[in-house]
Amino acid sequence: MDVFDLVEDGPPTIARQDMCQTCFMCEAHCPADALYVAPLREPAPQGSRHLDLAALAADGVLGSYRARLGWGPGRRPPRTTAEAYELAGVEPPAELPSLWD
Amino acid sequence: MYSKSIDKLGKTHKLALDTDVLVVGGGPAALWAAMTAREQGARVALVDKGFAGTSGVAAAATAGHWWVEPQLRAQAIEACFAGGGQLGQRSWMARVLELTWQRWPRLAADIGHPNPSVHRGQGYRTVEGPVYLRALRRRVAHSGVRILDHAPALELLVDSDGAVAGAAGLRRQQCRTWEIEAGAVVIATGGCAWRSASLGSNVNTGDGHLMGAEVGAHLSGLEFSNYYGVVPAGTTMDKNGLYPWATFSSLDDDVIATGWDPLVGAIGPDVFGASLIRAGQRGPLFAILDRATEAQRAAMRAAMPNYFMVFDRLGIDPFRERFELGFVLEGTVRGTGGLAVMDEYCWTGVAGLWVAGDAASRERIVGAASGAGAANAAWTISSGTWAGAAAAEHAAGLRREGDRRPRRRLRPAGRTGLRPHGGSPALWRELSLATQEELLPTAKNGLRHERSMAPAAAQLERLWQAAAAGLRGRDAREVVWARETAAMIATGRWAYASARARTETRGMHVRDDFPQPDPEQRDRVESGGLDSIWTRRVALDATAEAVAVAR
Repeated sequence: MDVFDLVEDGPPTIARQDMCQTCFMCEAHCPADALYVAPLREPAPQGSRHLDLAALAADGVLGSYRARLGWGPGRRPPRTTAEAYELAGVEPPAELPSLWD
Repeated sequence: MYSKSIDKLGKTHKLALDTDVLVVGGGPAALWAAMTAREQGARVALVDKGFAGTSGVAAAATAGHWWVEPQLRAQAIEACFAGGGQLGQRSWMARVLELTWQRWPRLAADIGHPNPSVHRGQGYRTVEGPVYLRALRRRVAHSGVRILDHAPALELLVDSDGAVAGAAGLRRQQCRTWEIEAGAVVIATGGCAWRSASLGSNVNTGDGHLMGAEVGAHLSGLEFSNYYGVVPAGTTMDKNGLYPWATFSSLDDDVIATGWDPLVGAIGPDVFGASLIRAGQRGPLFAILDRATEAQRAAMRAAMPNYFMVFDRLGIDPFRERFELGFVLEGTVRGTGGLAVMDEYCWTGVAGLWVAGDAASRERIVGAASGAGAANAAWTISSGTWAGAAAAEHAAGLRREGDRRPRRRLRPAGRTGLRPHGGSPALWRELSLATQEELLPTAKNGLRHERSMAPAAAQLERLWQAAAAGLRGRDAREVVWARETAAMIATGRWAYASARARTETRGMHVRDDFPQPDPEQRDRVESGGLDSIWTRRVALDATAEAVAVAR
C-alpha cells in the first residue's frame, strides 16, 4: 500500500511501486478506469505484455477488474444470481450447482 | 516523542481529538465495531492504516458469511467443533451464528441483495469484498463516525492507573502526528501474515498484538498461526475455496492428491493422498481444477471474479491446463490465534481495551482450525458488534454529568520500534527480511519440529534485542515500517513459543515430532511478554481472570 502520491490538479502518480502488494484495489477504485494491475508479485520483466500500454488498452483490459465488479458508469454490481452470471459472461447452467453447501 | 524528526513534527503539526470510542483498523471488524458503538450513541473515531474499506484482506477478497438457518445450526456446530480439534465452544458458535443472522441482512440490503437465500455460492451469500466494504464504510461514515484514513496507529495511550485511554499515530499523507483521547479503544487491526504477499495482507503485520501486549493484554492460540494457502506461482491470489475440485501433481505428472481441506490448508495431512507441503519440498507442485463439472465451472466464474481475472491475465485456463503453485503463509489471518478474548464482549482483560476480528483469537469458534472464509467473516460481524457495544457502554460510564469525561494524564505505551533504548541503529528492512526468513519457509513453520523451531526462536530473540536497542524510523514513513517490523518480530516470538509449548498435532498445528493429538492437551496456550516471552496453559472453560497491567 501507500503506492500513490496525490498531485494537485492532476492524476495521482505511482510514487512507490515497490510498496505494491498486488491486491488490485487501486484498479477497482480508480474512477477513470485508468489502471491495470499485472497479476505478478514482482515487477513484470522487460518486454512483457503487462508493460505494453498500447496493447493493454487495445485489449480493453485497463480497469477491467473494476468493470467485472460492476462499478462505473452504466454498470451495477450483481444483485441476483442471474446478474452474477451475466456480469461474469457465462451462461447459467440449467440447474444451479452446489459449491460450498 | 518519537525519533527527533517526529518529535519536531508533533510539536507543530499534531491533530488532537477527543472521542468516546476509538476503533483502530479499517476492515469489516473495525467498521462493524464503529457502527455498533455509534448506534449506542457514542462519539466514535476510526483510524486506518490505509483507506478504510479498501485495505486488508476482506476488501481484496470475496466474502461469504457463515450463514446457517436455525434448524440446521446444531449440525453445523458439531461439524465446526470436530473440525476445530475440539477446542471450540458450542455456545460461542451459536452466538456467532445468531448474531450474523440478525446483523448481515441490513448490510445485504445496502448492497441491493435480497434477503439471503439458502443456496451458497450462488451470488446471494457471497459478495465481492470491494462491494461489501464500500457499502460498510458508507454506512459508518454517514452515521457520523469520524474516519481518519492513511493514519496508522503507532501506540496506545494509558492513564495513571494503566487503563487504555486512547492512541497516537501518524497521518502519513499530511506528515502530521495524531493523538486521540478516548473512553475506550477497540483494536481491530487484523492478523499477522508477516508480509508474505497473501492477497491484501501486507498491512496485517500484527500491530494490534504488539500494542495490546505493551499494555498487558495476553495472546492466545498463537500456535495456530501457520496456515499456508496456495497461489498460482508468482501471484498473490491465495483463493483456496476452489481447490476442493483440484488435482495436484508433480512435475512428472504423478498425481499427489485430490481435494483440499480448507480447515488446515496446504499442511493438509487430511488431503486425500499426502500433505501438499511435504510434496512441495520434493519438487514443483502443479494444480488443475479438472474435477469440477461444467455447471460448477460456470458457477465458480460467476462467484469468484478476482481469481479468474488473474488467470485471464496470465493466459491460463485453470480448468483445462495445469499451473504451477507456490505457498503463501496466511499466518493468523486465516490462522486462528490473536489477542485473548476474556469475556463475551471481547474484552482483552485490560481496562478500556476491546478487540475484534482477526486481531482477536478465534479459538472459541473454530478451535485449532481455520474458519476459512465463512466463519471468519461471521466472526468479524459478531466480535465487532460485541466489542463496539461494550466499548460504548464503558465510555458512557466514564462521563460525568454535563457529558464530560474527567481529564486524565496520559502516557504513551509504545517501546520497540518507536523508542529504542540505545544501541547500534537497526534498519527495518533488514530486520523484516530476517524475520521472514524464520517464519515463511514451510520447512521451518509448516512442518514443525523442535529441532527447527528452537533455532528459529533463538534467532527471533536476537532480532528482538536488536530492534529494542536500535530500531527506529528516520522519517514519517520509516517510523511506520519500523513499528510494523517490531510487531512482526513480537508476533513471531509468541507464535514459536506457543508452537513449542503445544507438544501434539491438532488442527493446522502439525508437529513431525509429536504427530498425534494428545487428549491431555485439549486446552489453550496463552502467551505474552515483550522482553521475555511466557506461555501458560489455560483450561477451555476458564472464566475471565483479571489481567494486571504489567509495566
